[in-house]
Amino acid sequence: MIKVQKLSKHFGKVKAVDEISFEVKEHENLILLGTSGCGKTTTLKMINRLIEPSAGNILIDGKNIFEQSPEILRRGIGYVLQNNGLFPHYTVAENIAVVPQLLKWDKKRTEKRVAELLEKLHLTKDYLSVYPNELSGGQQQRVGLARALVADPAVLLMDEPFGALDNVTRSKIHAEFKALDELKRKTIIMVTHDVQEAFELGDHICLMDQGKIIQDGTPAELLFKPKNDFVKEFLKEQRLLLEFKTSTVKSLWHLLSNEEIKGLGPGILVNYKDDLWTVLERSTFFNAERLNMMNLENKEMKTVSFESLMSAFYQYQKGDSHE
Amino acid sequence: MNEQQQTLWEFMQQQSDKLLTQTLQHIGLTFVSLFIAVLIGLPLGIFITRKKQFSGPVLGVAGVLQTVPSIALLGFMIPLLGIGAKPAIVALLLYALLPIIRNTFTGITGVDAAVKEAAVAMGMSKWQVLFKVELPLAMPVIFAGIRTATVITVGVATLASYIAAGGLGEFIFGGISLNNTNMILAGAIPAALLAIIFDFLLSRLQKLNIKKLRTVTTDLPLLLLLLSSLYFIPSAYGTKLKAGFTPEFMGRQDGNLGLISKYGLKIQTLVINDAVMYKAAYEKQLDVISGYSTDGRLKAYDLVVLDDDKKIFPPYYAAPIVRENSLKKFALLEKILNLLAGKINDSTMTALNYKTDYLHQSPERVAKEFLVANKLWKPARNGNDGIVRIGSKIFGEQYILASIYSMLIKGYSNYDTSTKTGLGGTKICFDALTNDQIDFYPEYTGTGLLAILQPSPKIIDSLTHSKDETYNYVQKEFETKYSIKWLKPIGFNNAYALMMRKKQAKDLKIKTISNLKRFLESK
Ligand SMILES: Nc1ncnc2c1ncn2[C@@H]1O[C@H](COP(=O)(O)OP(=O)(O)OP(=O)(O)O)[C@@H](O)[C@H]1O
Ligand SMILES: [Mg+2]
Repeated sequence: MIKVQKLSKHFGKVKAVDEISFEVKEHENLILLGTSGCGKTTTLKMINRLIEPSAGNILIDGKNIFEQSPEILRRGIGYVLQNNGLFPHYTVAENIAVVPQLLKWDKKRTEKRVAELLEKLHLTKDYLSVYPNELSGGQQQRVGLARALVADPAVLLMDEPFGALDNVTRSKIHAEFKALDELKRKTIIMVTHDVQEAFELGDHICLMDQGKIIQDGTPAELLFKPKNDFVKEFLKEQRLLLEFKTSTVKSLWHLLSNEEIKGLGPGILVNYKDDLWTVLERSTFFNAERLNMMNLENKEMKTVSFESLMSAFYQYQKGDSHE
Repeated sequence: MNEQQQTLWEFMQQQSDKLLTQTLQHIGLTFVSLFIAVLIGLPLGIFITRKKQFSGPVLGVAGVLQTVPSIALLGFMIPLLGIGAKPAIVALLLYALLPIIRNTFTGITGVDAAVKEAAVAMGMSKWQVLFKVELPLAMPVIFAGIRTATVITVGVATLASYIAAGGLGEFIFGGISLNNTNMILAGAIPAALLAIIFDFLLSRLQKLNIKKLRTVTTDLPLLLLLLSSLYFIPSAYGTKLKAGFTPEFMGRQDGNLGLISKYGLKIQTLVINDAVMYKAAYEKQLDVISGYSTDGRLKAYDLVVLDDDKKIFPPYYAAPIVRENSLKKFALLEKILNLLAGKINDSTMTALNYKTDYLHQSPERVAKEFLVANKLWKPARNGNDGIVRIGSKIFGEQYILASIYSMLIKGYSNYDTSTKTGLGGTKICFDALTNDQIDFYPEYTGTGLLAILQPSPKIIDSLTHSKDETYNYVQKEFETKYSIKWLKPIGFNNAYALMMRKKQAKDLKIKTISNLKRFLESK
């Protein structure tokens, strides 16, 4: 769907982006991850031609974007800015309706679409005539997202859309984000420097450093098959958490054996597809001694203790990273 | 106080026609200039946000324009645009330009870069970004600029009367020269009110919420246009020759009023400031002007004085007038000032004035040369015996006299001096004297009589034919009324005079004011 080929951008002597190439398939969510100043925003802005590249090519749907008028191109790409960039002199409704207005939609169609989006993003109708400065940070980001989504563009570019939020609000929005049906039909490139966010939302992650892509792969590939020390180092601090989050019960199944567990503690039913983080959270919540799980492919049942699950995980981890 | 208020009110009622025309002219003048300034300033301000390399030069030039003294700017305009409405509007709009350009520039550059980027990213074209995002967001700042420009323009528009463009300045400057407080207030109060009202209205506009502002933004040009239409050039009847008189001359019995009543002179008349009047005559913008018989510009601009054959201009013999307290405080002062008595006659004074006004020599240099030539020069002594404060009105002759006196005082006594030159018209100078801001200044007998004492017309008539009687009368009255002493006259008579270009006067065979009247009436 989106193909980036040998893309470079130099600001004077600074190579902000240095010959990067990657590809995003339709309906995939690609994350550009990296420390501050590594060229994420620059890369993103070249895709809707806010910045003209020094060299390289970008194709969307097989079409070279540099052969289109930039205005027309941009109207077909949703863009969420690093710091939301809402128009302070427009109401929420007017802010969301900017692109429909540029596309000359009729009034009814615009109104209907705005109302629909507001509902999906859990904002009540009362907010329609409110100005952005009267909204909380989280509400502003939702409006920013609604504005990008309104014309139902096939491509969505998001620059640290949840950057300014506290952790609690952020994880709430993450959950909503994942649940939003609108987003499932979109090809998304999202920029973040938050490793957790990248792993939670990305199908694919490009880890960048100094204008170059260091590794391009799925979250699991980055974790368990890091290309070099930089990748390892980058994920080190949150490694355990991420590994918990990326390993599912399914991936450990072959390392688990059914056990007889004595004791009166409660047992819980664990979903085969859940990641270990979720299992951990649930079992601590219920103070569970027995984890009952079923292989959805052959209906085999296993009951294990939490300790055995953990040792299976460490075994898995060693085996995988030694490969 | 009560009486004063009442007479002001009476004055305004009595002059209500003039007051209304002047006010309307003032509003019109302000808004024509403002309208054009917005038409130029707004696009220029936008332009320099796009081409930043021009922002320095453009703002610099606009800034320099604003520091040019108004009267000088008006003076520059005369050779280019003549006198009247055109140069006044151009000068005013030049003053209004800086705040409009500057605020447009800062307003637009101040718009949050993220918001601008969002607009581009949504797919807006350059013009859409400008009109939908940048201008609306910059509007409060731009409005503040227009507001500043309006207040400046209302103020500076009073100076339009200097070059015959009308407005409330006619009353203000007329009143200052004529020592007529009511007349000053009748011009100054409406002018101040206009500034306050416009400032208030625009501040309301500025505070309107952004939504309403959009409609206002579209209506504002219309409103400006409407207010601008209030300005119409004073429709005077046309005559063969055109006269330009100072506001002071216009309101005086021994000026235009006397010309009308005693000579029956009917001539198309514009009100104009003395500083630009001679030049306007030289540039053939005017044919007849009111001037002073010893003015150096008479020589410089090749003008000739028309003989006052019916003697309506009273004698204006110059003499220093001094506070009696100051004479006590500085025992040597009277003797020193009298050193100059009888030393300068009309032609000497005209020659001295010519040196400063036309040859642009400094008054100090002219003063020193004069004293040396007359063997009065002595080098300055130590000057540690107190400071004598010398005043002068705002024209060359007075500067020269002030310099001469200063050098005499320093040379003949141990006093030091401080000169407060440029004290505006008679009223300002005389008030400074009575309020102990200065010790003395050179005054003219006719001015003392007509502008300061203002006795009944009968007394005036009985005095003005004689130089000595006038002098004796003002001397006596000043002593009793103000404790101010007239010292001995310096010698010359700087009376009012009507003047024309030498060549034109010769061609038309006009030598006297009566000749002029006959010429105007002939078919
Ligand atoms: N307009 C510009 N002119 C010069 N240098 C620039 C410009 N924009 C970006 N850079 C430089 O390019 C590099 C990459 O910038 P970029 O904004 O893409 O970083 P980023 O990865 O988005 O960082 P952050 O996480 O802080 O947003 C930085 O070194 C930055 O200083
Ligand atoms: Mg960035």
